[in-house]
Formats: sequence, C-alpha cells, structure tokens
Amino acid sequence: MAGTAVFQRLTWLPATVADVVTETPRARTLLLAVPGWPGHRAGQHVDVRLTAPDGYQASRAYSLASAPGEGPALTVVRVEDGEVSPYLVDVASPGDRLEVRGPVGGYFVWEPAPPYRPVLLVGGGSGVVPLRAMLRHRARLGDTTPMRLLYSVRDPASVIYRDELVRQADLVTFHYTRTAPPDAPHAPGRIDRATLERTSRPAAEEPIAYVCGPTGFVEHVAALLLDLGYPAPAIRTERFG
Amino acid sequence: MTELDANSAAGPLTLLFGRDVTLAVGICAMCGTTGPLGETVMYGPAPGTVLRCPQCSNVLMTIVEAPDRLLATMPGLRLLSVPTGGTS
Repeated sequence: MAGTAVFQRLTWLPATVADVVTETPRARTLLLAVPGWPGHRAGQHVDVRLTAPDGYQASRAYSLASAPGEGPALTVVRVEDGEVSPYLVDVASPGDRLEVRGPVGGYFVWEPAPPYRPVLLVGGGSGVVPLRAMLRHRARLGDTTPMRLLYSVRDPASVIYRDELVRQADLVTFHYTRTAPPDAPHAPGRIDRATLERTSRPAAEEPIAYVCGPTGFVEHVAALLLDLGYPAPAIRTERFG
Repeated sequence: MTELDANSAAGPLTLLFGRDVTLAVGICAMCGTTGPLGETVMYGPAPGTVLRCPQCSNVLMTIVEAPDRLLATMPGLRLLSVPTGGTS
C-alpha cells in the first residue's frame, strides 16, 4: 500500500516522449519513456516539469492515462491560455525531453480488492483520463468487478479514447452535453438523476463512485449520488479547473 | 489561480510528508468539517500550493517549493490524522 509505505523518495526523473497519439483536435496522449519508473496505480498522478532554454520552469500535475504495468502516459487537453498544455498538445514530439515526479496520490485510486464493490466511474471532459486507466487496469487483469463508465462529453468530436471505449460498449455510456449524434438515446444536456440511476448498481450493492471533471460537474454529480443513497465516503472526487 | 483538488497536490504533499497523505483525514479549525486531504480544494500551482476547506474555504495548508527547501504552514487544520498501517 502506498499509503503505508515508509519514506517515499520523490525526485524529478528525466523522461523522453516515446510516442504521440492524437485523440481529438485539442487532446493528445504522450507515451513517455522514464528510466527507473517505479510503476503506478490506476488513478494516480504525475507532476510534469518543463524547462525553457532560459531556465524558466513550469510544472503541472496530470493524471496517468495508462494502466499499471504499462509505461507512464499522459493525455493532455489544450487549455487555450495555458502555460504548459499548449506545448504538450501542439509541440512535443518523439525524442523531446521533460521531467516527471511521481507517481503520487493514493486517494483517487482503484484496484480490485475484497469486497469487490461495484464501481461507477463518472467523467466530465478530460476527467475521463484517470477513469480510463481504471478501465484498462480491470481489462488487463481480466478482473470481473462490476464497473461502468458514464462519460459526459460536449459533442462526438470531443470524445477521447473513442475506439477503445466503443469496443467496451457494454461498460461505457456516452452522455453528450451540447451536441448528440442522431442515434443518441437522449437529448444533449447535463447528466441527470435518472441517467445516473440507470448506470449505477443499486445502493444496496454498496457501489463506490469515482467522479472526475470540472468543479461544477463534480459537485453536481456528487450531490445526485448522495441523493441516490451513496454515502459520502463511497464518492471519491477529483476536480480541476 | 486555478482551482483544483488536492489529489493534484499529492506531489508537494508527498515531498513534505515523505508518504502519501491524500487519504489522511483533517479537521478544519474554522468549521469543523472532517475529511480526507484528497477532497480538499487546491489552488495552484504557482507560487505555491494552497489547500482550502471544501465547505468554508478556510486555508488549511500552504506549501511553497523553494529551490533548496519546502516552506509549509498549516494555519487551518485543527488535527491531521495520518494512517501508518499499524493496528489500532
């Protein structure tokens, strides 16, 4: 358990961009080669540090997109006035170097363990990134813990990991907020109580929820889950922006 | 300042405490809200990390990474309970 580890050394490690996958016009996944990478758990973070030629440094925390056992990967969505994300999305290429520190975090983490409570993953926009690591982890292990992903996304063009998620159609529900495809079963809009209730296992099965996305989204979903009977400790949240 | 949550403060927190403390439970000195540090609200990253109470926005903790040291304050925590893995 990372939470009970004795002293954890945390230093900046040199990383090289090994490959780049374009996910959407605004998002890319960077696969990193990090000698000495200690491995990570699904849902953990890494701090990324960039150094400019004049020595100026900027660092940001990113969720790891890859499953435990895979190399570290980041999926970054461009923040238009951002300091770090435009470089990572538009400029970084295989062979480029940066630094990483991690993995860190033991709270927003999933791994299969007794009593194997059913898992509801709810992601808004790029909040799907750590949830994708959890889905991948489950699939790679062949684990049978009940798990569903409800992915709230602006429109079909903004879907990250489209092919991978579509292949798991029995586990993944897309919920469009602005523009839905013609075959979508719902009109575009915010996730509502009925949608969550349909996607979640009944409260009697003691499901646990991981909710990640912008602050307003997370608070909206967490309030609905409380209303559905999830006790507060069964709702783990991660907010950004 | 960007509003994030404390899971993205795990780097500076781990650097300060030498272990993951996002699961450690804190009590807000202002309103008494009790919960894991991972559920607090973080503002950052520059010039430092600020953790605020999700209920009353009281500043619980600040961490600044200087080149050769960490500068930390915990003005708004009445208690911080850090699991060690031992038996109670």
